[in-house]
Amino acid sequence: MTQAQVQETANAPALDDEPGIRKWQDYFSFNTDHKVIGIQYLVTTFIFYCIGGVMADLVRTELRTPEVDFVTPEVYNSLFTLHATIMIFLWIVPAGAGFANFLIPLMIGAKDMAFPRLNAVAFWMIPPAGLLLIASLVVGDAPDAGWTSYPPLSLVTGQVGEGIWIMSVLLLGTSSILGAINFLVTLLKMRIPGMGVHQMPLFCWAMFATSALTLVSTPVLAAGLILLAFDLIAGTTFFNPTGGGDPVVYQHMFWFYSHPAVYIMILPFFGAISEIIPVHSRKPIFGYKAIAYSSLAISFLGLIVWAHHMFTSGIPGWLRMFFMITTMIIAVPTGIKIFSWLGTMWGGKIQLNSAMLFAMGFVGTFVIGGISGVMLAAVPFDIHVHDTYFVVAHLHYVLFGGSVLGIYAAIYHWFPKITGRMVNEFWGKVHFALTIVGLNMTFLPMHKLGLMGMNRRIAQYDPKFTFLNEICTYGAYILAVSTFPFIINAIWSWLYGEKAGNNPWRALTLEWMTTSPPAIENFDRTPVLATGPYDYGLEKADEGVPLSDPNPILSGGPNSVLRAEPDPAVAANPEDRK
Amino acid sequence: MKIPSSIWTLLIGIVLTLVSLWYGQNHGLLPTAATDEAVLVDGLFNAMMIVSTGIFLLVEGILIYSAFKYRRRAGDNEDGPPVEGNVPLEILWTAIPAIIVIGISVYSFDVYNEIGGFDPHAIHEAPMNQESMAMPGSAMAATLSDTPPGTEPNLNQEKSDEAMEDPATAEVRNADQIPQLRNAPGVGSVAPTIGGTPDKAGKPAELQVNVTGLQYAWIFTYPETGITTGEMHVPIGREVQINMTANDVIHAFWVPEFRLKQDAIPGRQSEIRFTPKTAGDYTLICAELCGPYHGAMRAPIVVEPEEAFDKWVQEQLVASKETLNQAVAVNPANLSPNEFLAPYIKDMGIKPEILHQVHH
Ligand code: HEM
Ligand SMILES: [Cu+2]
Ligand SMILES: [Cu+2]
Repeated sequence: MTQAQVQETANAPALDDEPGIRKWQDYFSFNTDHKVIGIQYLVTTFIFYCIGGVMADLVRTELRTPEVDFVTPEVYNSLFTLHATIMIFLWIVPAGAGFANFLIPLMIGAKDMAFPRLNAVAFWMIPPAGLLLIASLVVGDAPDAGWTSYPPLSLVTGQVGEGIWIMSVLLLGTSSILGAINFLVTLLKMRIPGMGVHQMPLFCWAMFATSALTLVSTPVLAAGLILLAFDLIAGTTFFNPTGGGDPVVYQHMFWFYSHPAVYIMILPFFGAISEIIPVHSRKPIFGYKAIAYSSLAISFLGLIVWAHHMFTSGIPGWLRMFFMITTMIIAVPTGIKIFSWLGTMWGGKIQLNSAMLFAMGFVGTFVIGGISGVMLAAVPFDIHVHDTYFVVAHLHYVLFGGSVLGIYAAIYHWFPKITGRMVNEFWGKVHFALTIVGLNMTFLPMHKLGLMGMNRRIAQYDPKFTFLNEICTYGAYILAVSTFPFIINAIWSWLYGEKAGNNPWRALTLEWMTTSPPAIENFDRTPVLATGPYDYGLEKADEGVPLSDPNPILSGGPNSVLRAEPDPAVAANPEDRK
Repeated sequence: MKIPSSIWTLLIGIVLTLVSLWYGQNHGLLPTAATDEAVLVDGLFNAMMIVSTGIFLLVEGILIYSAFKYRRRAGDNEDGPPVEGNVPLEILWTAIPAIIVIGISVYSFDVYNEIGGFDPHAIHEAPMNQESMAMPGSAMAATLSDTPPGTEPNLNQEKSDEAMEDPATAEVRNADQIPQLRNAPGVGSVAPTIGGTPDKAGKPAELQVNVTGLQYAWIFTYPETGITTGEMHVPIGREVQINMTANDVIHAFWVPEFRLKQDAIPGRQSEIRFTPKTAGDYTLICAELCGPYHGAMRAPIVVEPEEAFDKWVQEQLVASKETLNQAVAVNPANLSPNEFLAPYIKDMGIKPEILHQVHH
């Protein structure tokens, strides 16, 4: 018996007919089921991604030529401000929360989150915040001081737009704090008996680290924004130099959140990739503990690197060196993860389906962003490229390569669980190919642009940069096109795709041990751990199986009764189905 | 799993190293190095490129190799070997990145010191006046007019007053919308980004240039000669110190060929020192978002031999004397804003009409 069969027979769900059927209205209501909320998050944030993506393409269209000829410079600034704000606060961060909502209770065998109502509240702050932000475009005074909103500029541009921006980001920050509290308590208190922290899937570890980081850093951003709002509306001068305020203090408060925010954006997908690679390589994750603890290390170190965004704004020499060194150190736990993923794939039986392709694309692309990140940490070099397109390239390799590809990998991987149906692999691969080509075409040339002297946030640039900018722009169009196969595939497969069965990937983590889609309270009885989360390749159940329970359940406990035979209609491997 | 060691690994390692070494020095990604500091920074960049190329090729190579070599064959439903970890290997790949980043840090530290990042004198020089001791922004009820003007002479204030009197300034910025520096107490000077190089630390730089950034122009004054201009000239081989401040919002001083950047922050004075090396016409670029016309905020920078520089100084002096004779306030060489912005207005495709839209 393979480990997958061991785990499945121990946990086979009792009822298999039409599980988890819900009314469509549930998705538009204050529903407290974590799976409904997870889907609400994912769909809502994806819609915002499309809006943010349209803005990105408008930005790139303007940059196709060196002149300002497509939109006015004011509109241009609003576009990239909204693009960045939407992508960060309305897509990457909440999308991570969406997966966590759907997966955490399932992965730890719980019926729901610790605070289901709070969970729904956290979600329902997002749509109004997003609509508010986008409405600022229509009221004709859109925020245009960049997503960093540095004073004094943010104090002298349009007041209404800036006020809306602050309010919207405060709402989103509150939402992510509420979410984080929920994830932490759920992970700490609701694991099934027998699941120690070292039997927790790595996605749970990653969300633990992410949530802790969110709780520590987000309030500082909120404080900074509230003070900024006072300066803006009440005429105080916390940050306004005309009254003796110090704009650099804002930068410290802003980056104390916003640097950790990149880890808040990426850690969940580090976690997701750690789930996906072992399943599709049919090998245990290489170095489980190293990966788990490196998440914690990243989250701790993430708190003490913020001033690397301020190397040119005037901080003392020794402080620059301190932040340079802490920033460099983050490369070590990150490197551990990357090598562990490669180690997992090495010698495996890799199934190159869409989920795995995106996971590999994630690793390959993130490495580029990581390398340029180490370069940026080197102070003398950062002084040259800070606020240039080199930084724009770096941040997109990290955020697009590291987060968006991670989200796609996760969607393809958990799609069968979420919807009960398989995605169309052909169109998934088309999506992958277009994305990788578009991504590199858009962002690779930006490294050179920045090094040669193109600064960021400009609607007009030196004509000598025209050629590379054209390549970037066409790449951005390819990226836009690449989402269509995905959207169509997702909708079509959700409605008409092939039935997936409960565990199409023969995975071992608990979310696969229930029906697809899971029933309302997830499991019809408390699941048991018959295997570790990544025990691939171990053949016999009773030989060296690291059961979490000291009294192995299969050989005695109530769950040892094999309640269902594996479904003969479901071939062991979905790719082998006729 | 054993740490793979075979002839093949060795060969691949050698090829990888050679390719990295070659590309790290022949990437052609940087513009001319026009200062002594730039040469040092480029050395650091090249070293990082060598390491980066190696890591990049290694990781992408393993990824692509695995995708082909370990692909699941149709009908094979077995699992792979249950390898959970390998302690020596894990230690090795923790140690390698650790050593690399320590190496880069030490090298960066050294370059930073060489270009003057640690000039202790410069930090000492930063004046701590009374206003800067009071916590900025602590008085919540304080409004602009409540703030008492500083008693000490305020360098920023003087600079910005000067700039404000300049008609060219008034025309390019929307003066009515942006708070003026008027009553702002100086927060004091920040420690310079880059002070004197270790051999010159403690001595004043040979040439001082005061730079004021305002929406969307740069104004240069040479305190020794009183020249005020919209175009900066610096002589080769003489150490230059830039003292900068900003009038309205944050701007940033960046000359890509100098590899130097420093924010000009209203209410603060920041400094930066460098020694020009290669003659040429460069562009000073504002690198911090400062409003819609941020992209147009550029100024010509000329690095020229000593004699040419002296000649330029003389010309400027004559020009400004004429101006004085005409009883016009200190004026940047009689340039109207359009003339003043002309070189890049043309280059950048900004039409004067657009510039005029700025002040609605
Ligand atoms: C659809 C593909 C995308 C394209 C073509 C694109 C394009 C751009 C461009 C051209 C800029 C620079 C704007 C300027 O400096 O004037 C920019 C900025 C930015 N983008 Fe994207 N982007 C894309 C996706 C994303 C994603 C997925 C994220 C994820 C978080 C993101 C986050 C940002 C951020 C944070 C900035 C910085 C904005 C600033 O400097 O204020 N972008 N993007
Ligand atoms: Cu500027
Ligand atoms: Cu600017």
